[in-house]
Amino acid sequence: MKYSEFRLSGSGGQGLILAGIILAEAALQNGKNVVQSQSYGPEARGGASKAEVIISDDLIYYPKIENCDVLLALTQKAYDKYIDSLKPGGLLILDNMITRKANRNDVDVYSMPILSTAADKLNKMMVANIVALGCICELSNIVDKKYVEKAVMNRVPHGTEELNKKALIEGFKLVKDKKREMYYEVC
Amino acid sequence: MGEETFKLMQGNEACVEGAITAGLNFFAGYPITPSTEIAELSAAKLPRVGGKFIQMEGEIASISAIIGASLTGKKAMTATSGPGFSLKQEGIGYAVMAEVPCVIVNVQRGGPSTGLPTSPAQGDIMQTRWGTHGEHSIIVLYPSTVREIFDTTIKAFNLAEKYRTPVILLMDEVIGHMREKVEMPNREKIAIYNRKKPSSSLEKYLPYKVSEGDMVPKMANFGEGYRYHTTGLVHDETGFPTNNGKIAEELINRLVHKIENNLDDIVDYEEYKLQDAEEVIISYGSTARSAKSAIDVLRKEGRKIGLFKPITIWPTAKNQIEDLSKRTSRISVIEMNMGQYFLEIERIAGKYSKVDKYGRSNGELITPKEIVSFIKEG
Amino acid sequence: MVSQLIGKYYRTGSLPHIWCPGCGNGIILRAIVKAIDNLGLNQDDVCVVSGIGCSSRASGYLDFNTVHTTHGRALAFATGIKFANPDLHVIVITGDGDSAAIGGNHLIHTARRNIDITTIVFNNNIYGMTGGQYSPTTPTGEKGTTAPYGNIDANFDLCELAKAAGATYVSRSTIYGANMIINQVEEGIKNKGFSFIETISICPTYYGRKNKKGNAVDMINQLKEMSINKTAYDKLSKEKRNGKIVVGELHKSQRTEYTEEYEKIIQSF
Repeated sequence: MKYSEFRLSGSGGQGLILAGIILAEAALQNGKNVVQSQSYGPEARGGASKAEVIISDDLIYYPKIENCDVLLALTQKAYDKYIDSLKPGGLLILDNMITRKANRNDVDVYSMPILSTAADKLNKMMVANIVALGCICELSNIVDKKYVEKAVMNRVPHGTEELNKKALIEGFKLVKDKKREMYYEVC
Repeated sequence: MGEETFKLMQGNEACVEGAITAGLNFFAGYPITPSTEIAELSAAKLPRVGGKFIQMEGEIASISAIIGASLTGKKAMTATSGPGFSLKQEGIGYAVMAEVPCVIVNVQRGGPSTGLPTSPAQGDIMQTRWGTHGEHSIIVLYPSTVREIFDTTIKAFNLAEKYRTPVILLMDEVIGHMREKVEMPNREKIAIYNRKKPSSSLEKYLPYKVSEGDMVPKMANFGEGYRYHTTGLVHDETGFPTNNGKIAEELINRLVHKIENNLDDIVDYEEYKLQDAEEVIISYGSTARSAKSAIDVLRKEGRKIGLFKPITIWPTAKNQIEDLSKRTSRISVIEMNMGQYFLEIERIAGKYSKVDKYGRSNGELITPKEIVSFIKEG
Repeated sequence: MVSQLIGKYYRTGSLPHIWCPGCGNGIILRAIVKAIDNLGLNQDDVCVVSGIGCSSRASGYLDFNTVHTTHGRALAFATGIKFANPDLHVIVITGDGDSAAIGGNHLIHTARRNIDITTIVFNNNIYGMTGGQYSPTTPTGEKGTTAPYGNIDANFDLCELAKAAGATYVSRSTIYGANMIINQVEEGIKNKGFSFIETISICPTYYGRKNKKGNAVDMINQLKEMSINKTAYDKLSKEKRNGKIVVGELHKSQRTEYTEEYEKIIQSF
């Protein structure tokens, strides 16, 4: 597997732990071994928050991640804190509001309007986590999309299924648009 | 079918699933990080299976309530973390003395005091052994995977019922909060132990009398016609307090020996790559997971190293550890504290083998990399 | 020869009790047993829970399901017992130190839940078992071994506390009026909810001696003189109210009971 260690970072209340759980559950249903863990501060909202997911064909003992293959950063603070932990050759997905960037020419960078898509297009900032999850899945190809969709349905609060499904699809789409845009840039 | 048998489950959730499988039907608790999910899930699940959940006014109230519930025949549990575990020592001592089965979960976080509420630690190892005052023995179990939490919670209930004692289920923030893939066992095949009830008539029932060759008195439930007295004071076979030194000595001896003389039944552990090992890591809980990863790395480099993972922390697997110390040259105790279990291992193994320790208390899980370099520095 | 009441409800093998000559606890204990007898409760269905202190030794003398718990926790143990098995009549015997100091938090929360437990506080205004220290009900200015210069704490009105916290039956009596105690315990047990009965006892050994109250008979006479029912008390001028013990039923109300409410949740599935 190209990617096995995922770090989803941002601030408390952005739902990153839930996004991590969904990613892990989708991979599990896809036949993989998974461990999802998290670290967080005392704040339920705000503060630094990260979820970690390990997806592997082998048994997973050590449940934490030191250096990750995929890093999602939704805030500048999270970006600053974790950018150095991304392995060379890794995948960096960041919200396009993050402007101060480190010099990492050794990784694939995707800067995308994750938060604004949730806020403006879907009118619900709460679903930024699922938009981000869509981006991660579309870019990493780590798990069959049907399992992601199923896991989203299984884990999001009752009554929000349709909204979250839309958010997931928007996430997929953000990547497709971005790739098209990058293709034209190269041409 | 295949998809259904595997679940993504959190450690704290597995604890509740295991407890209900074991027969949990009464939970009293108080919210505290990182154990709160156990209370939340119990509150949601128990009334659905006819069980009861109550959020008490505090930690001492919670353990008092589960002891009361157990006296009526319920399988009762409470869950907490360091600050609450300190408060519960009063009730633990009562349950030891009055021989009331119950399970106390302690999902460890950084201490002392309120410490590091959201970070893992293993600093309560000695507190679980000696936290409550007075001479006593205690059973403490400590799983390290989500599936093992499920199994060990059931074992905790079984041992509590069998030996009429509080059993402490130790966890830590890492295994309590992490989720992993779990294969759920067929629940119908799981052995459940229920306390032995008296068969004699009420007139002849002596609540604290043990029959020949047994060390655990039979236990009647309140409301079933066996009216008896229970107290935290030293008591005789009738359950009534006494100041008689001989009776006190016999009672305390029995309370200790009913556990210490049954090591074969109580002690549980896992061996990992130990068959040809020349050196051993002893580690438990989440730290044992790091140790396994480290051992895989060291094995690839040709080092003959394995892991002895105690699942029963107290009483110690002293026979197994002594045997290990006779056939290996070095034992390294790796734990998220400054060497608490090391003291116990060194006491047992120090005669025959070099015993080293590695640990720290900064609220972060020890990494495999650290363990690898510690072992190599040798 | 022991009386029929004692023979039936006391564990005569555990007697004699540890209480001092002149202690008021025996009067209250007999009144509780008399109330149970009057109500015709089955002994197997009665559970008596006590804490720590002189009064809390009472549980051991009674032939019911009995629990002598840790200091202050009788109500928390009792909550576990009652909630686990609502068919049991759960009676808590506690003292002023046990229920109002170390167990004060349990008292207010048990009252708040209105769980069907009947609590009888043996209030002797002192910590007797440990040798005469001042308690939350020692009147201001009086002496204890830990208040050698007079107690500067304000003392609790336990009935007001229980009422404010949500108890649905609250009453007070003294050991001078044993019949009143019997009646109140009966009413308390009959009330489906948290019942709180404060019974003023005497401790001639410590409280009496420290505060020059005379012997047991003198102290009981003082209780008699100080006692007044609520209607008469309400008519008194403020100055004359001082030092009075208001006895009788002080509060009664109707509210949902905890174990019944929880049963509804269970039944909803």
